[in-house]
Amino acid sequence: MKLSGTEIIVECLHREKVEVVFGIPGGAIMPLYDTIYQKASFTHILTKHEQGAVHAADGYARATGKVGVCFATSGPGATNLVTGLANAYLDSIPIVAFTGQVISPYIGTDAFQEVDITGITLPITKHNYLVMNVKDLAVTIKEAFFLAKNGRPGPVLIDLPKDVQLAQAEFFYPEKDKCPGYRPTLKGNLNQIKKAASAIQKAKRPIIYAGGGIINSNASEELKAFVQKTNIPVTTTLMGLGSFPEEHHLALGMLGMHGTYYANTAMSEADLVIALGTRFDDRVIGNAQKFCPEAQFIHVDIDPAEIGKNIRIDIPIVGDLKYVLTKLLQFSENKLEEEWLTRIKDLKQRYPLKYKRDDQLRPQYIMETLYQLTKGDAIIVTDVGQHQMWVAQYYQFSNPRSLITSGGLGTMGFGLPAAIGAQIGCPEKRVICVAGDGGFQMNIQELATAIYNKIPLVVLIMNNGYLGMVRQWQELFFGKRYSQTCLAGSPDFAQVAQVYGGRGVRISSKDDFPVALAQAFSEKTFFLIDCLIPSEENVFPMVAPGEPINKMLGVNES
Amino acid sequence: MKHTIAILVKDHPGVLARVSSLFNRRRFNIDSIAAGHSEKKGITRITIVTEGDEHILEQIFKQLNKLVDVLRVRDLPRETSVERELALIKVSTKSVDQRTEIMQLVDTFRGHIVDIDKQALTIEITGTQEKINAKLKLLESFGILEIARTGKISLSRGAQRILN
Repeated sequence: MKLSGTEIIVECLHREKVEVVFGIPGGAIMPLYDTIYQKASFTHILTKHEQGAVHAADGYARATGKVGVCFATSGPGATNLVTGLANAYLDSIPIVAFTGQVISPYIGTDAFQEVDITGITLPITKHNYLVMNVKDLAVTIKEAFFLAKNGRPGPVLIDLPKDVQLAQAEFFYPEKDKCPGYRPTLKGNLNQIKKAASAIQKAKRPIIYAGGGIINSNASEELKAFVQKTNIPVTTTLMGLGSFPEEHHLALGMLGMHGTYYANTAMSEADLVIALGTRFDDRVIGNAQKFCPEAQFIHVDIDPAEIGKNIRIDIPIVGDLKYVLTKLLQFSENKLEEEWLTRIKDLKQRYPLKYKRDDQLRPQYIMETLYQLTKGDAIIVTDVGQHQMWVAQYYQFSNPRSLITSGGLGTMGFGLPAAIGAQIGCPEKRVICVAGDGGFQMNIQELATAIYNKIPLVVLIMNNGYLGMVRQWQELFFGKRYSQTCLAGSPDFAQVAQVYGGRGVRISSKDDFPVALAQAFSEKTFFLIDCLIPSEENVFPMVAPGEPINKMLGVNES
Repeated sequence: MKHTIAILVKDHPGVLARVSSLFNRRRFNIDSIAAGHSEKKGITRITIVTEGDEHILEQIFKQLNKLVDVLRVRDLPRETSVERELALIKVSTKSVDQRTEIMQLVDTFRGHIVDIDKQALTIEITGTQEKINAKLKLLESFGILEIARTGKISLSRGAQRILN
């Protein structure tokens, strides 16, 4: 049976079990929108900006583990996806983005709303396609979904000239993926795994450094089982939060620039670092020359290019973490390094995270209270900045996919649209978006998307009147010259939410917060709490740029 | 240290851009790049000469292998490979004597004259990059008008092949 290009797309999305698409129509993608008006097996959420669409697809993918899908038109629609694709690329999130393109004879003529979006997104997608023949469309979509979710996940873009959308072809959806240039190694080399097991057995001061790969690989249970057997303490990256329960006595919380002092010190004293699904990012390792000076390194990752990129690795293992951890568990013996665990316990007791517990509405207090009131059973979506670090430090994540945050790219404006996507993906879950007053205004238009679609998000604005993280750096490293960081002129965000038809309150006292949050939880509707917090509150402890990670500012001994 | 890398890629539009943009954005060096059809339909062979230590070379391999259009990447060590480059060199000739001198020279180093007129000669030379560089030096004194070089291509010695 012959189908048009757009009917083929809709049919392929149905076969890929796509439930929801986020997007905005425009000239070059009108045929596709015309087809979904008539028939589509998925819901379409109209966002107010294409960046909102791609972040929503991203949030959906992170919350569910499925592929997020978004549509945009050619030209400006496509370029508005760029930040979101880069964001998904750096955090290894599976997305398939469809963009309209001018009709094929116009390509290359600087036609109206024409951009070379495959050229533009070449370095920020796992792969991309410009489909010039409708006969290639189904195979391309099949391959795109395969690439997005297999191996190290990532965003894939498909550019669709308008005439290709309208052209007809015989529909055939291949059952098997044929992608000879992409064959990820899933089963780690057994000899290497045995070598790792033996190094672990010999180590006196081993530590696990776990990243987002544990979550992508759905390997949290395997990690827990491995720790259970070997009693090795675990620190996680920002992307890895939730992969290991933070209330566990061997959990050290986050490491790195704003990590705990005990995690960073334990890393620096370790004689064996077991890096799992992580990429030794500069925000984690600080000064690379002085990173874990006494340690040997085991590194497990599905992407061989991450192994040895920033740090020399002694025992590399390329493979899927779920598989590798299962095997590693088999080859490992029971282990208990009393002396090391005593040291860890001592570090945790002596250098806890600390803030001023006075009667002010402090953000750290908000995160602690949020944790207590949700009992950790929620999806926390953050924006980027100081509040993001306070969430990472003070909310005790215990489940994978319970933190959704822009780690690699650090995209301000990510929070609200990503939370929309997460809530749509997980309607039964409580989803809370925490944002700063700076980042929130970078995609504030998505309030309309959330409220119109009756998405019962709770949004907490950490409103300090500043681009707080930049202000903090200006205070510490730029002689308190607060160049362009004051956000004077911002509105009352509670009122803004109300104008859009949602609920909103503004609070400034400590006692108001639990009351407001309880109220938000009781009303199953969009509810924004604009929290006026002290402007001068900073994120500590902190590793200054260029320093080793165990040399931190703002460490208090208890 | 210099390395010669053969990259077999799917013959898709934009594939050369994918490869060269990777080198650019990761700050890998490209000394020369040559691309053309391989023995197999639909597969292009790209030869890149690059420079870097073991760590950089390892990263180049790993990053290239991540590109979906890249099918195979191989290092072709000098000792076990045949390497060639082709150069076309246009030299100005001011007199008949000079022209004769150049033609004798070209004959000695087994080049070919491929174009000739009153003011200029175009010479074709194939060989290793060193050989071409040496010949260029010899021709410099006559006045070189233009040079076009293909960049190095290379095959491993013996019956081995990259794609089976």
